[in-house]
Amino acid sequence: MNSRLVLTGITKRYPSVVANDHIDLTVMPGEIHAVLGENGAGKSTLMKIIYGAVKPDAGDIAWEGRYVTIANPARARRLGIGMVFQHFSLFETLTVADNIALALEGERAGPGLPERIREVSAKYGLPLDPARYVHTMSVGERQRVEIVRCLLQDPRLLIMDEPTSVLTPQAVEKLFETLRRLAAEGCSILYISHKLDEIRALCHKATVLRGGKVTGDCDPRRESSSSLARMMIGGDLPHPQHRDAQAGADALVVHDLTLAADDPFGTSLSHINLTVREGEIVGIAGVSGNGQKELMAALSGERPLPSADSVKLLGVAAGRLDAAQRRALGFAFVPEERLGRGAVPEMSLADNALLTAHRKNMVTRGFVRNAVVRLYATDTIREYGVKAGGPDAAARSLSGGNLQKYIVGREIRQQPRMMIAAQPTWGVDVGAAAQIRQALLDLRDSGVAVLVVSEELDELFEICDRLAVIAQGRLSDPKSVRETNAEEIGLLMSGSFISADAESTRAYSPAGLI
Amino acid sequence: MRIRLEPRPEPSRLAGWLSPIVATTAVLAIGFVLFKAMGKDPWQALYTFFIEPIDTVYDLGELLLKASPIMLCAVGLSVGYRANVWNIGAEGQLIMGAIFGGGVALALFESESRLVLPLMILAGMAGGMLWAAIPAFLRTRFNANEILVSLMLVYVASLVLSLLVHDAWRDPEGFNFPQSKLFTEHALLPNLLPETRLNVGFLIAVAAVAAGWLFMRKSLPGYQMRVAGLAPAAANYAGISAKRTVWMGMLIGGACAGLAGIGEVAGPVGQLVPIISPGYGFAAIIVAFVGRLHPVGIFFASLLMSLLYLGGEAAQMKLALPSSVTGLFQGTLLLFLLAADVFIHYRLRVVHTAVAPAGKIA
Repeated sequence: MNSRLVLTGITKRYPSVVANDHIDLTVMPGEIHAVLGENGAGKSTLMKIIYGAVKPDAGDIAWEGRYVTIANPARARRLGIGMVFQHFSLFETLTVADNIALALEGERAGPGLPERIREVSAKYGLPLDPARYVHTMSVGERQRVEIVRCLLQDPRLLIMDEPTSVLTPQAVEKLFETLRRLAAEGCSILYISHKLDEIRALCHKATVLRGGKVTGDCDPRRESSSSLARMMIGGDLPHPQHRDAQAGADALVVHDLTLAADDPFGTSLSHINLTVREGEIVGIAGVSGNGQKELMAALSGERPLPSADSVKLLGVAAGRLDAAQRRALGFAFVPEERLGRGAVPEMSLADNALLTAHRKNMVTRGFVRNAVVRLYATDTIREYGVKAGGPDAAARSLSGGNLQKYIVGREIRQQPRMMIAAQPTWGVDVGAAAQIRQALLDLRDSGVAVLVVSEELDELFEICDRLAVIAQGRLSDPKSVRETNAEEIGLLMSGSFISADAESTRAYSPAGLI
Repeated sequence: MRIRLEPRPEPSRLAGWLSPIVATTAVLAIGFVLFKAMGKDPWQALYTFFIEPIDTVYDLGELLLKASPIMLCAVGLSVGYRANVWNIGAEGQLIMGAIFGGGVALALFESESRLVLPLMILAGMAGGMLWAAIPAFLRTRFNANEILVSLMLVYVASLVLSLLVHDAWRDPEGFNFPQSKLFTEHALLPNLLPETRLNVGFLIAVAAVAAGWLFMRKSLPGYQMRVAGLAPAAANYAGISAKRTVWMGMLIGGACAGLAGIGEVAGPVGQLVPIISPGYGFAAIIVAFVGRLHPVGIFFASLLMSLLYLGGEAAQMKLALPSSVTGLFQGTLLLFLLAADVFIHYRLRVVHTAVAPAGKIA
């Protein structure tokens, strides 16, 4: 059988880093081929080269037996290469059919498109209504639109970039069925991920990248997660220690928090109740876009609330306090976005320490004590193993994972009594993620109340004592992690707990009385 | 073939400081061509414009005297600009400062107290701050655009001044000219350098430059203003109040512009007249950017701007060039500076689009 895609010696250099260093890769028809690697290993660059979005400095690409130059994505699509990006490129104010028509060329975009969308989506188990507006759809549904958009172009190679990071476990299972069916029909799939279990469950072959080089080729079905991890990070995966929680007094009490979204595509929060006690980690699971962003802004004080009593922080009715006032109570927060929110990109790490840690003796009579600031930054860099040029390195010069370690360190070293971390390990490589989880556990063991919001169920099960689920702006009752499992949480993530709740609301609503 | 702007991985710091020099050189070149085109001897014209205005001690005094109000306004504006607070109305705040300070001078006309001058200075700052407080309030309360509000208030301030000097504050012995009484010695800034008109106002401006540097670089509120300008979401995350940022940016700008206003009426002008400033408040916007929003840069940029004013006057008198030459030089300076800045952050790349995408065919 002829190979579908052969890459030989693909090299791409950027001013500061060699992203791809003589990469060889062969994909056969009907093969689900994993490209595995930590953040910054060069996976994305390689995929962009195949999709024509980035031009390689050296190396050859052979497509179905012919050498080709893929000058741009349009050329890639004509060859039969489709790509589903991690971050969707859909217009929220248009319908599904409109969005798909925009990506198709010529006749394919003409009348009859809605029919074909229905046909293709039904065939691959991806139900879609062509007339629906994208902004009304969940993240999982939006991904379906992206996939169907690719499938309508009859691809012979489909590139999936970290497709499961936004899906519930059930939706992941559905996606895998679709991908297996596609592969059975002869379509090749390049599957990019750092989730080892998924790759072992789905893929026929795996190419492992580390530091821009291929460090291994294997059949993932015959490997264990730890052997894959060794190839990926070049060492063993650290495992956090998890002792039983010694929960103390209530540190954070959210009482009946209802809040209208402040942007038209946001999620409104509805009757949220939650208690986090000292010495425990409470996790909030959920697919992103279900109100996490709004809940975080309400808890952190970035969006002060109309009622003081809806958030009680360390014994103080804190709803109306702003972020600085809440921090003064002993609160710390690691936000989801690092650059631009958790850190000022253009400023040095030292200046970024001053951002939230200035209460730590860094200011006398309004003037900044530079020596104290630099010492705090240097200590944070050392204690949290941040790879950086020193306290003067600009925040934006750090990789995402390193900056996240720095921000986590900066917040924890303020010795908070209540700490919230949103997506603490999102996009962080495996080694750094384990380190951040351990830091959160240590914080808990020292008697701090910790709330973690994450999309990664594995992570939540690993570090949390109790777990709640957020869906459509509502929060489920927290369950002890010992008394629940991924399947149950997955069901809750799809909103199963809401129906009864919503039912009762309807009965009491004025409309119900008429 | 297409031409494309590509972001540079790391903008050079050196280029950031060189670009005002490059821009100034480009302005000189344009001036050369322009004078030539107008039939003047370009070397002679450039000499008249840039060298002659500063070839005596008296002229140097004039240079510093004119630079002072520009420097004051620019330092104050730069604090706000760093925090994305766009106060365009320093000219109006300057006029209001002159009205308040001048009002004190007229009210205490008979007094010979040493406190008259300090009181005028305080009143001038208060006037500038009051005028800046209006856009600050409208912005924080109703989210009204401070660019428009502060700009429109310039014309209101100018009309208020006109009303006062035409009516209530007009000098009864002034032959009906629209101007106030000449201030007494107690209401004038002391001279700094004999043989020149240079006064203590220059020292105040230099002190403001130093204070601006200290505030922006060494103080926590100054740091927080910079954060607010660079990353508003990070400022919100750290609990830096956006309202406080707007208020501080506007009030500091207003206070400095008010000081500049009092420096004019208690300095070279010596009384209230309908027109106090030939656009110092607007020129300061250019100076703030030419000086990279940095106090030291602003110091030198205001000297340059002052030279453009003086050169423009000299060119009018000696070469019979229109007064708009000054504005033209100011405008081209800003244009070239912004253009140079684009190339600090981006580089030009000529992209050859491949005609046939197929390479070697097996």
